[in-house]
Amino acid sequence: MDPMEGILLALQQIRAQKLKSFFAVIGVIIGVMFLITVVSVVEGMNRYMKEDFAKTVFGLNTVTVTRTPSVVFNGDREYWRRLMRRPRLTFADADLIREQLDVPALVAVVSENNGKLEGPNGTSVENVWLTGTTADYFRIRQYDVEKGRLFTPPEDRVGANVVVLGFDAADKLFGVLDPLGRRVKILANQSGNPITGVFTVVGVLKKQGTLFGMSLDNRAVAPAHSALAPMVNPHGFVDQILVQGDGPEAIPALKMSAEATMRTRHHLRPAMVNDFELETADDSLSFWDKISKILFIAFPGLVAIALVVGGMVIMNIMLVSVAERTREIGVRKALGARRRDVLFQILVEGATLSGAGAILGILIGIGLALAVRAFSPLPAAISPLWISVGALLGVSVGVIAGIYPANRAARMDPVVALRYE
Amino acid sequence: MNGEVIRTEKPTKNYEIGAEVVHALRGVDLVVNRNEYLAIMGPSGSGKSTLMNLIGCLDTPTAGQYWLNGQPVAGLIDDELARIRNREIGFVFQTFNLLPRATALHNVELPLIYAGVPSRERRERAEVMLGKVGLADRMAHKPAELSGGQRQRVAVARALVNGPAILLADEPTGNLDSATGDEIMNLLDALFDQGQTIVLVTHEHDIAARAHRTVTLRDGLISSDVGRMAVAGA
Ligand SMILES: Nc1ncnc2c1ncn2[C@@H]1O[C@H](COP(=O)(O)OP(=O)(O)O)[C@@H](O)[C@H]1O
Ligand SMILES: [Mg+2]
Repeated sequence: MDPMEGILLALQQIRAQKLKSFFAVIGVIIGVMFLITVVSVVEGMNRYMKEDFAKTVFGLNTVTVTRTPSVVFNGDREYWRRLMRRPRLTFADADLIREQLDVPALVAVVSENNGKLEGPNGTSVENVWLTGTTADYFRIRQYDVEKGRLFTPPEDRVGANVVVLGFDAADKLFGVLDPLGRRVKILANQSGNPITGVFTVVGVLKKQGTLFGMSLDNRAVAPAHSALAPMVNPHGFVDQILVQGDGPEAIPALKMSAEATMRTRHHLRPAMVNDFELETADDSLSFWDKISKILFIAFPGLVAIALVVGGMVIMNIMLVSVAERTREIGVRKALGARRRDVLFQILVEGATLSGAGAILGILIGIGLALAVRAFSPLPAAISPLWISVGALLGVSVGVIAGIYPANRAARMDPVVALRYE
Repeated sequence: MNGEVIRTEKPTKNYEIGAEVVHALRGVDLVVNRNEYLAIMGPSGSGKSTLMNLIGCLDTPTAGQYWLNGQPVAGLIDDELARIRNREIGFVFQTFNLLPRATALHNVELPLIYAGVPSRERRERAEVMLGKVGLADRMAHKPAELSGGQRQRVAVARALVNGPAILLADEPTGNLDSATGDEIMNLLDALFDQGQTIVLVTHEHDIAARAHRTVTLRDGLISSDVGRMAVAGA
């Protein structure tokens, strides 16, 4: 019997018993759906991490020196206490790192806080990302202006009270007005004390979009030594020191040089571990790789459970269906069906049934992945490879689940089967 | 050509039910020639169906020999028997045994499917066969949409579509009223006239009277073998 015949027959069967067929393959539907959804989101995250996140947060070819790691896996109290005892980074650290470098590189300090902006006519914006930094920051992060200009190294040095606004912040404060040359009042809390300063807008950054649903455009960037300094960090400390090389191959040297400088600054003896962090985009990716590996290890188990349970349900339903059709099988054998014909018929039936379930699961999974992308900050990338994997798994479950019932049907004694009522 | 289609040599069939052994057949010597019309009679439980199953290669004897078209059958395995059933035997059952979800046409196509006939030819041959039994206008009907007599006609068409050496009919009129039963018997008579070898199981004398030879079974043995007529063409 040719496969097409078997598939058509099985489809007929499914059409005749829609609800029963649906329940038969619900495990397969759930398993495949889960597979497609999770893989799509994880793959989307992967792509996102590699293409957007790492670049936005850590910058290209950049070593970031910080006091504490940006991600902490080990959360015990002693560990935290040690982190909190680490010395803060200073402007002097940054200066020395710059002096000690023997390859061309850009160095910038960054201090950040949340605050509020007040514009003319009583307009204001809450929850603004405030950044006190040096002029090279814009080059390191590859930020460009939509209008106006960035602040300059001289303004940087004297700590001029000039500010470059993010696209959204400028839009909310000024609307249709031209923000350039206008005054903005910045307000922030530092160690419980409210601090304010008045700045002149010199530029507006190009729109950056969002990262995990957070706007990257609701921000204000001012020179590190300006009136913003006490708002973002007390007493001339800094949060981060950025060191950017010419290319990826410069990173190890930059890392070594910055590390040596910081160890000297902190008087660490050779046996002592670093009391600061050196992070690169690759580090953050390795962290993400760790997470995605865990996901990829844990979740096949869940998919497997759904598929095994689904397979068992299919097997039972097919056993019932084979028993119900004992007479039919007897007739087929009387008319010349060999064991392999009967076996094949039942296997194709199982494969068609679960294949239909897999297709449904794939469609629902794609729908869910698209919904995740549309309604949550998580990205999703639908990959044809995993769709094929889902379909293949689904069909295999049906074939494997069908082996026992099919074998039973194939071995029926035609005389007994024909007398079955 | 008038050869032996069926030759059995002391075939026995025992069924074991727990400790008890039922001797359904105790050694039935039977020879059926090509173009014979044979009726097998006997009281219920005398072994008629068991003998039919044996002749039809649905079952193998416990002991003894059976040749179909000169080929020994007794020792064959499942799939070889399936092949013989497909090529040499056409079954007509009391309960029709059509596939309920399939159309008349598809039911008739079944033996051709298992014979590996390509679908175009299969369809044509099944259509011709249904035409011969007078159902050219019922091909797309499912069994539930057909009368009892029409169902049995479909079964006859299915039995004959592969050109079998023998047509085996086990109580073919058992589930039909007498008028419809007569119709089916007329159809079998016509097939015999066209050269079909027929073995018919029945317990009704007027049905058996249509055959040209009657073998009567009793307790798994032949109690009488009456040839009403000389074998056609002999
Ligand atoms: N599968 C079976 N298992 C056990 N006993 C059987 C089986 N088939 C038939 N028999 C027994 O064999 C004997 C002959 O049965 P059968 O050939 O069906 O007789 P008939 O068709 O003449 O009524 C009966 O006693 C019946 O009970
Ligand atoms: Mg009987």
